[in-house]
Amino acid sequence: MILLDRVTKTYNKHLGAALDRVSLHVEANEFVIVVGQSGAGKTTLMRLLTREERPTSGKIIIGGIDYDKLKDRDIPLLRRKIGVVFQDFKLLPNKTVFENVAFALEIVGVSRREIQHTIPKVLDIVNLTGKEKRMPMELSGGERQRVAIARAIARQPKILIADEPTGNLDPKHAWDIIRVLEKVNKYGTTVLLTTHNQEIVNTLKRRVVTMHHGRIASDRANAQYEAVSEEKEGGKE
Amino acid sequence: MKRKYLTFVRIVHTGIANFFRNASLAVAAMAVMVVTLTIVLFSVDTSATLNHTIAQFADKINISIYLNDNVAAAQRNALMQSLRCLPQVKGVSYVSKDQALATYKAANASNKNLLVAINETGNPLPASIEVDPVDPSKIDQIQQILDLPATKTLEDPQAGTSYSGNRKQAIDSIARAASILKRVGVAAVIIFAAVSMLIIFNTIQMAIFNRRDEITIMRLLGASTSFIRGPFVVESILYGVISALVSVGILDVLFVVASNALQASSLGLLDISYASSYFYNHFFLLLTLQLATGIVIGAVSSTIATRRYLKFKIK
Repeated sequence: MILLDRVTKTYNKHLGAALDRVSLHVEANEFVIVVGQSGAGKTTLMRLLTREERPTSGKIIIGGIDYDKLKDRDIPLLRRKIGVVFQDFKLLPNKTVFENVAFALEIVGVSRREIQHTIPKVLDIVNLTGKEKRMPMELSGGERQRVAIARAIARQPKILIADEPTGNLDPKHAWDIIRVLEKVNKYGTTVLLTTHNQEIVNTLKRRVVTMHHGRIASDRANAQYEAVSEEKEGGKE
Repeated sequence: MKRKYLTFVRIVHTGIANFFRNASLAVAAMAVMVVTLTIVLFSVDTSATLNHTIAQFADKINISIYLNDNVAAAQRNALMQSLRCLPQVKGVSYVSKDQALATYKAANASNKNLLVAINETGNPLPASIEVDPVDPSKIDQIQQILDLPATKTLEDPQAGTSYSGNRKQAIDSIARAASILKRVGVAAVIIFAAVSMLIIFNTIQMAIFNRRDEITIMRLLGASTSFIRGPFVVESILYGVISALVSVGILDVLFVVASNALQASSLGLLDISYASSYFYNHFFLLLTLQLATGIVIGAVSSTIATRRYLKFKIK
């Protein structure tokens, strides 16, 4: 589903590589957690997957799409296949919950009727039934993030990328989000989650990819959070 | 196909909604566009009117060949025949001495002394051949025949030939003024079109700047370029359509005011009553021209304005 082969990303030659020969293979339906300190390269990795950035070298293939052969004008088509959840939600502030989710469907030309049919279902998955008419400002952080997840999964993507989705949330809301992600994964979506919340990692017992200084330091199934550096982990970005 | 239609409807819908959301910016953009389109319309109407005025004057121009009293009818007819054969000649007619006198008397009916004097001297006026050229500025072939020695002998030695000298000069100067006015009009249209494009360009860029977060989100969600750009283009086309209607309205009001309040039929060289009738007779053509111009200005400037913001900035 996701294949990275010796992917290197250098922003500035003097600062060294943000990602250094990262190779990663994620199967369909997997739930992978990427951990690591700030600056370890997690966000760069995610941005490469959504084609917000281009690798300096190396190969990326997602869902059969070879990024080397991807033309700029086909980027929208790629992004429609990947659901993305951001730390800062990125909801449209002047649209209601319903409209925010509907928007993602309108972009791909889904009919009004289909939208009316789909949205209650996805809002049910993220436990937001009854809040269709709320504006993002009227929601708590956790609720907003669940709207973002609803938006990301409404198009039934094969892959869901969640970059620090719990970074701005308190523990209770963070867990709401994680539960929703697990549910999405159970329905057959490959989930790639970055976090540095130790508790979440340890409780989930999933495949954990630990990044350190732009490299993959370890990649273990059913893993626990492990500190790779001498510094103390767990600080917020 | 259905998807494309659906997307098109959504783009138009969003564009219209944004138009109202941006009302204050839109007014500025439309004000300039109205000025531009009014100038376009005014130039078109003025140039049509001036052409009409020139044509009217040109119609009145003819060449008179004054004959001496010894010319026989056969000689006269031969000359007229040779003139008639020229492609530059529309018509040739003969004015006898008696006719010339009658015309002269009619023209000076109020001047009793002159009439008395004329009657006492007999008829001093020469007979003439009137040549009506197709285009008064192209008379070289006619000139050639007139310059022949054989023709010269028929002419009245005192009067000779008239090219309606004064009138021709007047027509030439009107034509020159008209062509200058036309050029000024074209220049004004180009300048104002450029200015209004720049202002719409700016307006759309400000609108984009206001919505840059939204555009980023749309991009991340996989919105295609046309889906993001479309509403901006629709919005600017709306500016164009509304401005076109307003500009046509402005000219309509101007003509109504000119004909009712001022009772003026012409303004310097400009024949207002003809300009007005031209405007109303070609109303739908002019309206279409205005709409087309407005739409093109709107569409082009917004497409260029959105271009920079919609490029994929991939590092």
